[in-house]
Amino acid sequence: MEKRCDGRKQDELRPMKAKVGVIPRADGSAMFQIGNTIAYAAVYGPRELFPKFMQNPERGVLRCAYNMMPFSGHGERVRPGGSRRAKEISVLTEKALMPVLNLAEYPNSVVDVFVELPQTDAGTRCAGICAASMALADAGFEMKDLVCSLSMGILNGEMITDVNGHEDCVLETTDVPMAYIPSMDKFSLLQLDGDASKEQLQELLKKGKERCMEIYAVMQKALKEKYKVE
Amino acid sequence: MTEELKIKDREIAVPGEVLAEGLGYLPSKGIQRVNDKLVAQRLGMINVEGKVIKLVPLTGTYLPKVGDRIVAKVIDILMTGWRVDTRSPYSAVLSMKDATADFIQKGADLTQYFALGDYLVTRIINVTSQKLIDITMRGPGLRGLKGGRILEVNSNKVPRIIGKEGSMVMMIKHATGCNIIVGQNGWIWISGEPEKEMLTEKTLKMIEGHSHLSGLTDKVKEFLEKETGQKIDLAAIQPAPEETGTQEYQERPQFRERRPFNDRRQSFRR
Repeated sequence: MEKRCDGRKQDELRPMKAKVGVIPRADGSAMFQIGNTIAYAAVYGPRELFPKFMQNPERGVLRCAYNMMPFSGHGERVRPGGSRRAKEISVLTEKALMPVLNLAEYPNSVVDVFVELPQTDAGTRCAGICAASMALADAGFEMKDLVCSLSMGILNGEMITDVNGHEDCVLETTDVPMAYIPSMDKFSLLQLDGDASKEQLQELLKKGKERCMEIYAVMQKALKEKYKVE
Repeated sequence: MTEELKIKDREIAVPGEVLAEGLGYLPSKGIQRVNDKLVAQRLGMINVEGKVIKLVPLTGTYLPKVGDRIVAKVIDILMTGWRVDTRSPYSAVLSMKDATADFIQKGADLTQYFALGDYLVTRIINVTSQKLIDITMRGPGLRGLKGGRILEVNSNKVPRIIGKEGSMVMMIKHATGCNIIVGQNGWIWISGEPEKEMLTEKTLKMIEGHSHLSGLTDKVKEFLEKETGQKIDLAAIQPAPEETGTQEYQERPQFRERRPFNDRRQSFRR
């Protein structure tokens, strides 16, 4: 078994770093770094939602905005302003987070989550979801669990964990981003870019769950660290 | 069945964390029982009281509750009253009949009582399921605020700022000589000598930052003694019934010139 292009083992995650409360003006915020990908998430709200027709009288609305900053990487994808891709990822971030979030207490209001990526090297949506779920917890929302997210891949028939930029763009890896909710044992995000057989996919999900628990531990630690007694 | 406590007293719990196993332990607000496990539902500090596990939230936006005394800000003037910002996602309405005992002529100018941008000490009297809020100015100590300054703190830290039976806030008042009104929504009104106001602000910010630590009263006492250079005798501080101004309550609102809207309109917080 060969080592991967950045010297990692097949089932090894990139080094992770997480910090909570990085943006003082926000109601909740977090930073999540995995390898060279850095995601910042800021939560504002619940606050009044305008225009009024968007309000939901039954529960609060979650509104996510994903953005790769114009200097964050290279290639076709990185240019200033929104794009179809950014919009899609904003929506799927929302859908990945919604199963754990209880906004019934906040009718007619909105919770804004802004995910900004100052530096990108594949796995941005996953890093974004991790950062966003930490930021939501930091903002004091009622949540069933934290959502941890990771992209698994298949390269030359072998399963690899946490696909990096080179593997994703150059080596044509099959990329499977997933978001996992540990306490419910459920996936709230699953995408597939490339080819995978049924068996391969099942194997990927099984491995992905195990690796997600590593990310989960990092996220939990970061949240507790904020209130550590000196 | 095995019963096991997975977390220690005064530790921080994160959402999804299993706090205890077995049916022997009881959950409270912010904790849910999933099968035979107690799972935290939000970020907070754990208090284990016998068999009951309590979760004290450390963050979060203020949500209006009936009976809360809050400091609110007038943001709009309606046909029959005032709309005020409660520092929550929902604004409240102060109706004319709850605002004053005076007879107000039809079509009268309501800015004579409270103008845009004024801060009020009010009490929440009703909250509906859709978070429509009614507030009142009738009650001891409820009034419009003149002068002073407004400080913003996290509403979850308010109980620590007030302290046991108001001990903390009484101590700060005693040490600085400032008048302090703490709203449950995290807006605090301070009025006194400018330097003392600054000291009060610094003290309150310190409490907010250290609210999850124990022995806070001693720390604050030490800090105030150092800053003011005077000893504080905790026993000498008499707990006031409620930081009122009964006198001020009886005083009739002054008749004021009509204030122009545009000059006074400030940007709203949210």
